[in-house]
Amino acid sequence: MSQLNILIADDEIPARNRMRDLLNDIDGIAIVAEAKNGKEAIDLAQTARPDVMLLDIRMPLMDGIEAAQHAQKLEPKPHIIFTTAFDAYAIKAFDLNAIDYLLKPIRLERLLTAINKARALKPLQIEALKPLHKMRSHLSIHERGRILLVPIETIIYLRAELKYITVRTAEREYLIEESLTQLETEFGERFVRLHRNCLAAPQFIAGYEKRLNQDNEQQWFALLKNIPEAIAISRRQQHLIRET
Amino acid sequence: MRKNSRLPNLHNLGIHLRILLIVNLLMAMAAILLSKQLGEFITLLAELSTLVQPVLLLSMLGLYVLYPLLNRLSYWQGIVAIILLEIAFTVFVFIFVNHFFALESSTEAYRVCLLAAIVTAIVLYYFYLQERAYSPAIAEARLQALQARIRPHFLFNSINAVLSLIRSQPKRAETALEDMADLFRVLMSENRDLVQLAQEISLCHQYLDLEKLRLEERLKITWQIKDMPSDAMIPPLILQPLLENAVYHGIEPMAEGGEIIVKIYTKHKELHIVISNPYALQNNHQTGNKMALKNIKERLKLHFDLESSLKTEIKNNRYEIHIRIPFGT
Repeated sequence: MSQLNILIADDEIPARNRMRDLLNDIDGIAIVAEAKNGKEAIDLAQTARPDVMLLDIRMPLMDGIEAAQHAQKLEPKPHIIFTTAFDAYAIKAFDLNAIDYLLKPIRLERLLTAINKARALKPLQIEALKPLHKMRSHLSIHERGRILLVPIETIIYLRAELKYITVRTAEREYLIEESLTQLETEFGERFVRLHRNCLAAPQFIAGYEKRLNQDNEQQWFALLKNIPEAIAISRRQQHLIRET
Repeated sequence: MRKNSRLPNLHNLGIHLRILLIVNLLMAMAAILLSKQLGEFITLLAELSTLVQPVLLLSMLGLYVLYPLLNRLSYWQGIVAIILLEIAFTVFVFIFVNHFFALESSTEAYRVCLLAAIVTAIVLYYFYLQERAYSPAIAEARLQALQARIRPHFLFNSINAVLSLIRSQPKRAETALEDMADLFRVLMSENRDLVQLAQEISLCHQYLDLEKLRLEERLKITWQIKDMPSDAMIPPLILQPLLENAVYHGIEPMAEGGEIIVKIYTKHKELHIVISNPYALQNNHQTGNKMALKNIKERLKLHFDLESSLKTEIKNNRYEIHIRIPFGT
């Protein structure tokens, strides 16, 4: 039998030590990476290419649930097993949707069974994971065979353009395939809609200015910090200017 | 008059006022149900009153006089006696009113008796519920239920951490298990009396040692307790759950960890306990926090009533809890 590559993600060192001890007792297994949060797990998984990811649910920066969602863009798709000490809400969702998980402290036999039957998550299971956290901490962008994780708090605006959405940070632009309406529902606390096709983060708005638009009409524009471009504000959203 | 049985104290004016109120409300309800317009409602109310008010007056007087006798009976005997008495009073008034006023809408006696029995039962049940709500036994049970809570999250993660130590550092694993035993002994103890502050602090040290095992250098804690009166008496497990909260909400969500600051001092004959932790903006676990805080607030109230307070605020990106407890010297 070929060797099974495993990635461990847990923010607690003793929990990783314990998992490593247990895995070392099983033949045919190699630990290819150890991460201390979900973001690191995704970053490491790209080069380590694990067959199975053991993800703790509660981790800083990015939790295991979100990491599992981003991991769907990895090639080949790793099998996911969640680990948790206690998370009644998540456990209920896992049970309902036949998602694999292990309860800490983990027993060797249970770990063995879980690894042997581990499967990749199905789209329906991914949908079931979404309500487990309020919003993602990062957007994942598939670019030239790599996954880039863009922290939500660095995003200045999101603009819908034909099939894609442009994600703008101070450094550069990225393209993602998601719907602006869904992004607005998920990140409503962080962004305001300036225009039918554009959401912007209020803390990056430097001010407002009236300019001539392409049709040579006067229109309000939002000026943004760190980047030169301005965003046109639709008539319906002009009340935002007064509110600031 | 000493109150032996669990019957309501019929020598108490408040009890009689409540009886008046409940019976009159029920009467008004009956009038509303039977009438179709306001005019009808008022005549009906007056008509019912001619029967109900004399019964009320008679039973209040009768029960007041007979209370010493009723009090000697067992609870259930008392209940039956009161219901029978009420039926008797009602029949008496019914016959009396019928004889002298010859009401048009006169009804059969057994209906009136049944109504009297039901209304009496409702009033007695109200007093039974009221007594239960205020009985010391219930308050005691509530205190106990409030106290014995610890996050399963902490328990299982700690066991997991100890397991990880057994192979490599058996000595440390031993200490950790001993700390856990001490902590759980206090958590599960029946004792709800006040404890010395020093005792609670040492418990907190044991708790934090266990958390350090898992979180290592991510968890930093600063004690500003030089002016603390070690012998001040506080309810047990006031501090520890707050530290547990601080770790869960303020340290664990931070990749780099953070610092918890505990400040304890006295001012104007009051003990002040201030605990603060870093505040994570994207915190999805607010509900659990409120549960624990509500719990401690309620316990402080049960112990000190209005003389204590618990306030929370967010300032300079830190979440701060300020507790004030009376401190007699």
